[in-house]
Amino acid sequence: MINRTVLEALTSRPVGFLRSSWPWRSLLHLLSGGVLGVGTWLAVGGLFAARERIGLGVAVVCAVLVTGFAVLLSGPLERWRLRLVDVAATPVRQGLRTPAGLRGLGYGAVSVLAVGWADLALAMVALGIPGVLLLAPWQPDAVLWASVGGPVAGVLLLPVAAYPIAAWAGARGALSRAVLSSHEVELTEVRRSRARLVDAYEAERRRIERDLHDGAQQRLVALTMKLGLAALDLPPDSRAAREVAEAHAMAKDALSELRELIRGVHPQVLTERGLPAAVRDVAGRSPVPVDVDLELPCRIAESVEVAAYFAICEALTNTARHGAATRCRVSGRLVSATLMIEVYDDGRGGADPAAGSGLTGLADRVAAVDGRMLLSSPAGGPTRLRVEIPVGAYEGEACGS
Amino acid sequence: MRQLRIVLAEDAVLLREGLVSLLERFGHSVPAAVGDGPSLVAAAREHRPDLVVADVRMPPAFRDEGLRAVRELQGEQPHLAAVVLSQYVEQTFAEELLESRHGAGTGYLLKDRVGDVEEFMDALVRVADGGMVVDPEVVRQLLARRRDPLGRITPREREVLGLMAEGRSNAAIARALVVTEAAVAKHIAGILQKLDLPPAPDDHRRVLAVLAYLRG
Repeated sequence: MINRTVLEALTSRPVGFLRSSWPWRSLLHLLSGGVLGVGTWLAVGGLFAARERIGLGVAVVCAVLVTGFAVLLSGPLERWRLRLVDVAATPVRQGLRTPAGLRGLGYGAVSVLAVGWADLALAMVALGIPGVLLLAPWQPDAVLWASVGGPVAGVLLLPVAAYPIAAWAGARGALSRAVLSSHEVELTEVRRSRARLVDAYEAERRRIERDLHDGAQQRLVALTMKLGLAALDLPPDSRAAREVAEAHAMAKDALSELRELIRGVHPQVLTERGLPAAVRDVAGRSPVPVDVDLELPCRIAESVEVAAYFAICEALTNTARHGAATRCRVSGRLVSATLMIEVYDDGRGGADPAAGSGLTGLADRVAAVDGRMLLSSPAGGPTRLRVEIPVGAYEGEACGS
Repeated sequence: MRQLRIVLAEDAVLLREGLVSLLERFGHSVPAAVGDGPSLVAAAREHRPDLVVADVRMPPAFRDEGLRAVRELQGEQPHLAAVVLSQYVEQTFAEELLESRHGAGTGYLLKDRVGDVEEFMDALVRVADGGMVVDPEVVRQLLARRRDPLGRITPREREVLGLMAEGRSNAAIARALVVTEAAVAKHIAGILQKLDLPPAPDDHRRVLAVLAYLRG
């Protein structure tokens, strides 16, 4: 598995972690920030210490300049440091006039100037203890056991130091990511790209429907007509008449099969008359009697209509196939910009989303338009399927307000 | 058989030409055969035909141009008979068409019915004579929706009901089901009684009553 952040890498096997670049990246993360932060304070401190010689005014001006420079530097540095410990982070460089840009600058300044010393301190402590142990033989007053045991303990502790360094760097990275990577930007983009995908999928289905309607379907109608005409000229009891009659029947079967197929791809009445009309039509074809109580004040976004329509179709198909239901009810309303649909049947129940792909596919389809699907189907029934889809934009005149 | 002047609108060229030759073979004349909604309206205004036969879905938008054109024309020429053909029978379209008619003959049929040449021609003449012809598929869908009293209706009676909706006379129903007219009359009386509808001798009014009940 490829780790995206140092925190993920920490949970992998120790050998793999220690041989990877993550400990070094973490160390660089801590040192880079720490050096700039501590360096800035040392420079400011030095300027104040020298105020007698260079004058207080000069010292203050220089200190402000140094701090300001460090602040400006810390923004880009923070973004660079973040990518060291989180390769998936997408810190966006924003203009200083935007709220996000100001937030990035402020966070960078705090992170480097205020917390940088802690980064440096942690790195020094973590490396310092094994370092001191390693250097024990060269201490002036080294005793024998320390000269031998120190380096051994140091070598053993050095890999251990990678863990606090990586953990601290990872925690700092997670905080930076939360502040610097604009999640809103990412989420909006994901949502938009998903919506584009759903729309493209729907457009493709409509194109297929149109191609079948304009092509194969018209040809089959013309074929049945020609066969019907041919039959007129044949002597009624001839062998040819029987053959033509059979061909005629086959062509008609093909036509009705094709019609069902096309309806499954994209129903024309949904595009023309909207969800309630399309649902009434599909209910009319169901072998189980279906009551439809679906009222919408206006046309809603097509992607929502299509998702709801296919959800209802699938639910009715399941009802007819498994449920042994004697009656079924489809109800739906628009409640505070959410389309609420419920399909109820009095069948055997026991519908299991894990068992068949129908319900799962349905849930995915509803989720793709930001909706959700809830199913209650205890053994023995009844089965209730509820679909809730937020309706983004209203279409049509009735919902203009 | 009656000779009709028919304006035809169908965007698929193959089918349009096939329909023209079919209509002419049965002795009807086709002064205009067009391929989209606006041309249909223009042609029907110009030729004042006995009957308009239109595909529902045509250019420019491939939506329900045929249906809209027919409704517009029937608004202007209340006695213009029209048959709308569709690849799908949608009861929503059927209801709109039946509600918008102004006493003129109206039909709504699946395109497949074109293949049953003689029945199709009979249906056109019935509509031109002011009749109602509704595809049996619509009746099937409506029956599926209304169930309480129809639970008592036998499969045979359903068949009769479907043929009634096509505007067929008792004699025609008897031929189609290969039974006697008396048997058909008995079935129809049974259906009307089960639906609590008054007996109606007129085929068209009978269809309307049944459809109105089923839609109700």
